[in-house]
Amino acid sequence: MAVRLKRSTRASRVGLLAGLLLLAAAATLPAWAPEGAASSWMHQFVEVACYLIFAMMWNLLAGYGGMVSIGQQAFFGFGGYVMLVLGNLAGVNPFLAVPLGALAAAVFALPVSYLAFRLQGGYFAIGTWVIAEVVRLSFANLTVVGGGSGTSLTALRGIEKATRENATYGMALACVVASIALVYVFLRSKRGLALLAIRDNEVAAESQGIDVRGMKLAVYVVAAFGCGLAGALYFLGNLRISPDAAFSVNWTAFAIFMVVIGGIGRIEGPIVGVLVFWASSRFFSDYGTWYLLGLGLLAIVVTIFFKQGLWGWLQQRHGLSLFPTQRRLDPEEPHAQH
Amino acid sequence: MPPVLKAHGLTAFYGDAQALFGIDFELDRGEVVAVIGANGAGKSTFLKCLVGLVRAQREHVWLDGEAIGGLHPGEIVRRGIALVPEGRRLFPSLSVEENLRMGAFAGRAGPWNLERLSKLFPILQQKRRSPATSLSGGQQQMVAIGRALMSNPSVLLCDELSLGLAPIVIKEIYDALPAICAEGMTVVVVEQDVVTAQRVSRRVYCFQEGRVSLHGRSGELTREQISRAYFGL
Amino acid sequence: MLEAVSQVIVQGLLLGGLYALFALGQSLMFGVMRLTNTAQGDFIVLSAFAAISLMAILPGPAIAGAWLPFLGLALLLPVAFGFGYLLQRVVLNGTLGRDPLPSLVVTFGLSIVIQNLLLQVYSADPRSIDTAGLNTRSVELPGGLAVGVLPAIVLALAVVATAGLQLLFERTRLGRAFRAVSDDREIAEIMGLDARKVYALATATAFLLIAVAGVLQAMRTTVAPSDGPLLLLFAFEAVIIGGMGSFWGTLVGALLLGVTQQVGFRIDPGWGIWAGHIAFLGVLVVRPQGLFPKTRG
Repeated sequence: MAVRLKRSTRASRVGLLAGLLLLAAAATLPAWAPEGAASSWMHQFVEVACYLIFAMMWNLLAGYGGMVSIGQQAFFGFGGYVMLVLGNLAGVNPFLAVPLGALAAAVFALPVSYLAFRLQGGYFAIGTWVIAEVVRLSFANLTVVGGGSGTSLTALRGIEKATRENATYGMALACVVASIALVYVFLRSKRGLALLAIRDNEVAAESQGIDVRGMKLAVYVVAAFGCGLAGALYFLGNLRISPDAAFSVNWTAFAIFMVVIGGIGRIEGPIVGVLVFWASSRFFSDYGTWYLLGLGLLAIVVTIFFKQGLWGWLQQRHGLSLFPTQRRLDPEEPHAQH
Repeated sequence: MPPVLKAHGLTAFYGDAQALFGIDFELDRGEVVAVIGANGAGKSTFLKCLVGLVRAQREHVWLDGEAIGGLHPGEIVRRGIALVPEGRRLFPSLSVEENLRMGAFAGRAGPWNLERLSKLFPILQQKRRSPATSLSGGQQQMVAIGRALMSNPSVLLCDELSLGLAPIVIKEIYDALPAICAEGMTVVVVEQDVVTAQRVSRRVYCFQEGRVSLHGRSGELTREQISRAYFGL
Repeated sequence: MLEAVSQVIVQGLLLGGLYALFALGQSLMFGVMRLTNTAQGDFIVLSAFAAISLMAILPGPAIAGAWLPFLGLALLLPVAFGFGYLLQRVVLNGTLGRDPLPSLVVTFGLSIVIQNLLLQVYSADPRSIDTAGLNTRSVELPGGLAVGVLPAIVLALAVVATAGLQLLFERTRLGRAFRAVSDDREIAEIMGLDARKVYALATATAFLLIAVAGVLQAMRTTVAPSDGPLLLLFAFEAVIIGGMGSFWGTLVGALLLGVTQQVGFRIDPGWGIWAGHIAFLGVLVVRPQGLFPKTRG
């Protein structure tokens, strides 16, 4: 019986089409959005984009790389600060400085991993948090970027507000698409399969000749790049940075909630999670502490009772998969023979 | 007399993979019965089902007329089945004596205690304060047996006692079997070494790919019969 | 000069005593069931606020003086024990397993819940327990060293707690059960041990320490609802510096952390905590297993 390697499901093909339509709509937003609403929508989108990219990277690291980190905000803030420094002090175009900030974060991940990889499991998680705290305290002591109270992005002064907003929005859109594409391509590649093998059974993977340590480092650096990208983008849109905002553990907290609710280890998980998060924050964030409390409880309940996240649960019930990263072996239908 | 331990149509799964396909097994009081078979035949899985480490259906395992399949291991050891696990699996953080004391955790009354064990295996007394995993393989096996005996079971399950041990050590360990059985202990011995298995037991079951492929009195089965059943020819 | 140095070291040791109380519970939970409790600091803050509320309804300091808080602590201990037992039994037992993610997410969720609950009930203002002057009283040792009475009590309690835990693990039936279940849960269960109950008892014991730590922290200084994460970091650093698997190691790690922080603080007030972080990272680079790791056989 011949067997064919199937890479996409019907749902995924529908999803791809829907995604492209959404992208087309989003890209032309400034043209069709109602007067006055466009600016606020775009600003919100930039914020959501940052949350999404950060969550996707956290998902990549934890769900696929098997490394749970509570310290990814170190790279988020680092990317933001590098973007700001390049823009304010080195005269680089801030829009160009965004990917440069991401690159800087990726490079920064190398010495950080040297320290962090000395720990495992839960202690690795807290260790990354300590490192993030050290980075925060270090930046809080740098007077050139405003020390503890932070500073503003001056490099964009002089550009007209509408132009700046449109450009930032476009940048955010590009970053989101690039991040999704990056993760998707990475996971569907041979590297990605190796990663899944490591996730399932590290020892067995090593015995198959997979360079476990190298793969983990690769994932860590890619995730750092993504988080740095999110950070640089966020502060491009926010125009003001401070150590407490840049290196707040809340970034990771929100990412965890989004990914857990959406389902860990699945590409679409963070997307579903960020939509739920954004929708709920629109309705409930006025309730401040109760809202956060509710998020915390929700994460606890979902983790204990819906181990695959809400989306994962739906997936299991209905067999849906928008971003198939598995390769399914599909036995070809034998031709009827008489 | 009804059998003290009985398995009837016992099936077992590891996730989606089926390991046992309807095992029928009987054990009379005071018997020593051997279970032989190649690697992966299901022997260890079978013992794990009996002791509650692998899920079994309630009605598939019977002890003294009571259905005990699928019960929590703690409840099974309290009813009198003890396992000497494959590979010993002593507690590394505990000394020899502490390992033995752990065996008595369930608190069953009976003839076995530290003193009696040191008569059976003097090394247990000599090295009682040493970390359990600092002993040689054979000595660790004695600790593992002693630990199981401390729970004063009525049925003792031994999983591959000879694993990784020199022949002379294997003999020393199996020579202790009569003393263990002296008061009517019922024993199941899982072994890859067929000769030893036949020697120490009255009856033999041969497992092959999760099924009983042969069953009979140890003295009566021929080498040819066993070979065929062992390899499934 | 020597006097100044000894003063710093003594103060560091005293501070380290408190850090040891933060860290011992964490060490215990990780040792028995490989569970990393990221809400450790928040539970300490929770117990501090529980004590503060309790003090408000107990008869005033006029009657019992500086010892009232200790009475409050005594009342709090059984509550903490029960709370820890239930928490493990009902919530945390379900998160244990090969994957560290569920326990991390759940404890992290608990951290958020506790912080926001406290914010809601108590507002963000820092509070403390009235110790009727105990927290400022000090004794002068020969040689001119001034030692605070309360910090000395804290250090003494830390040493007692460490010794107590060590004895519990080495000499008691429960301690044997802790070690066995952490070595090999399956085999421990065929000895008749119920792992779920043993884990719950471990967490209950850890919460006794958390209660002590919380009350003492509130006596020593002010507490605010968002203090939890920082306390967690101190506890964690103490455990890593000292080495995992050893209670005495955790104590030593905590003392070293305290001293390092005090030294850093002396050089520049903004560098106290930072110095501790650097020491932690230093140990991580040079000796990642910690200074006194317990090797497994």
